[in-house]
Amino acid sequence: MIGFIQNLIDALSLGGLYALTALGIGLLFGILRLINLAHGDLISVAAYALIVPSVDVTARMFIGDFNILFLLPSIALIVILLALATDLMAFRPLRKATTPTLMIASFAVSYIIQNGILMIYGSRPKAINLWGAANQQIQVGDLRVPLLQVITVVVTIALMVGLSLFLSKTRYGVQMRAAAEDFRMAQYLGVKGNFVIGIAFAISGILAAAVGLLYVTQSGSLSHTMGVPLALFAFVAVVVGGMGSLPGAVVGGFAIGFVVTMLQAYLPPDLRVFRDAFAFAIVILVLLFRPQGLIPARNVIERV
Amino acid sequence: MALLDVSDIHVRYGDMVALRGLSLKVEEGEVVCIIGPNGAGKSTTLAAIAGGVRPYRGEIRYDGQPILGTPPDKIATMGVSLVPEGRHIFGSLTVAENLIIGAYMRKDKAEVARDRERILALLPRLAERIDFPAGRLSGGEQQMLAVARAVMTRPKLLLVDEPSLGLAPKIVDQIYEILLELRKTEGLTLVINEQSSNRVLKFADRVNVLRQGEIRLAGTAAELADGAAIRQAYFGFEHGAQPAPAMQTPTQASTGGAA
Repeated sequence: MIGFIQNLIDALSLGGLYALTALGIGLLFGILRLINLAHGDLISVAAYALIVPSVDVTARMFIGDFNILFLLPSIALIVILLALATDLMAFRPLRKATTPTLMIASFAVSYIIQNGILMIYGSRPKAINLWGAANQQIQVGDLRVPLLQVITVVVTIALMVGLSLFLSKTRYGVQMRAAAEDFRMAQYLGVKGNFVIGIAFAISGILAAAVGLLYVTQSGSLSHTMGVPLALFAFVAVVVGGMGSLPGAVVGGFAIGFVVTMLQAYLPPDLRVFRDAFAFAIVILVLLFRPQGLIPARNVIERV
Repeated sequence: MALLDVSDIHVRYGDMVALRGLSLKVEEGEVVCIIGPNGAGKSTTLAAIAGGVRPYRGEIRYDGQPILGTPPDKIATMGVSLVPEGRHIFGSLTVAENLIIGAYMRKDKAEVARDRERILALLPRLAERIDFPAGRLSGGEQQMLAVARAVMTRPKLLLVDEPSLGLAPKIVDQIYEILLELRKTEGLTLVINEQSSNRVLKFADRVNVLRQGEIRLAGTAAELADGAAIRQAYFGFEHGAQPAPAMQTPTQASTGGAA
């Protein structure tokens, strides 16, 4: 039983990272019909921004040594600016393009960012120790929980509550929801298209920054492709949850986290190397029965 | 000077021609109707005025300023509001949120609150459902919400695309009553698309018959009152003079859903 609860906490914290990443991807898909595979690279940039830009093998902390009250906004700002720059340079000229075109453009953006990291920081993975204290364990009865997992879950919940308050209570949130449902109609009512899209990119930047910091604290290493698997699993989470539905992205993220963690824990040891294959088989099964996702978006439901 | 002056606009969707040299003048305070069969280009005309579709030739002036090529959000702030065909309600947003969307660009917050009260007084059915997701409203209620939402932008020029589509005649009467009431109280200028002329002739100042992307007939409601000229322009032949062809065949076959 203790083992299962331990696994459940693992699943929640991994699922939290997937859910936050999926929210970043899902938010842009909802408004732009853009499947932004470069979102993972924003996560990498959030982590790399912590250290002094150099090709040295050992990482020296730069922003990473700042007081946390200064560190968080600095990293967030860097990633927001990068996210806005990708929109301005790559996606805005393609506003009228189809979803496949946009996705291919996001591949290009992804490669450019990865190669930018390679040029500035070199190709070797670097060890990094951010907030080492967060890796200690806290003991609750027989249960030993890494503090970082608790932090991850708390941050995930806080960001999700924040985002949903933003979407439901502020004028920009209401405009974003309207634009996500029917972009052209929102424009006819005076909603500024590029402005709302800019806000969506900025929010996806904040989410990527949070995921990047949590992830690098846990993994303790930097590599120029570190964000890619996160974005890939998060994209699958978005599909499973229901393309364009934000609750769907969250549910999908946690579902993927749960499936991966439980497979890792309970598959026979010989089969564990094939964990991801099993996970994706489950994804395919889910999609066979619910092709529109677990929580379909409003605008893909056929209207009567 | 006309409030709206559309001259010689041409619109194409790929290979398909939707409008070929359409011109239209609307004076301030007028009610102008555009009637025509499916695929005649009525919706394209309104979308072009609202900035949603870009003509490749021609000119559109609103209040004396050229607006062709101006993005739709900018045109909306200039006082043009479109109630599109099919209503395009934000179904997952509440009725209240749908109404406020159109007013976010306005600076006169006190006026916005007053407008909201006034329009809800006019539409008690919406007032009762103010916190419902708009997707749960009936078709007629959604149409009323679409009109109310557009009016919340405080437009000078309201473009309404087939407000009667798919609604029961009684509901359509109500919607027209509201439109005419708004015209009186807000001094709105209205351009309304419809497929049929019977209702239109009753309250329009001027009527335009559109077929295959061109205005075939234009005149005041009084001039066209007997309907024969309209039928001729609408169908392209004197109705009854030929061995009755299926009503919609000639127009649908040639333009296929350009709306």
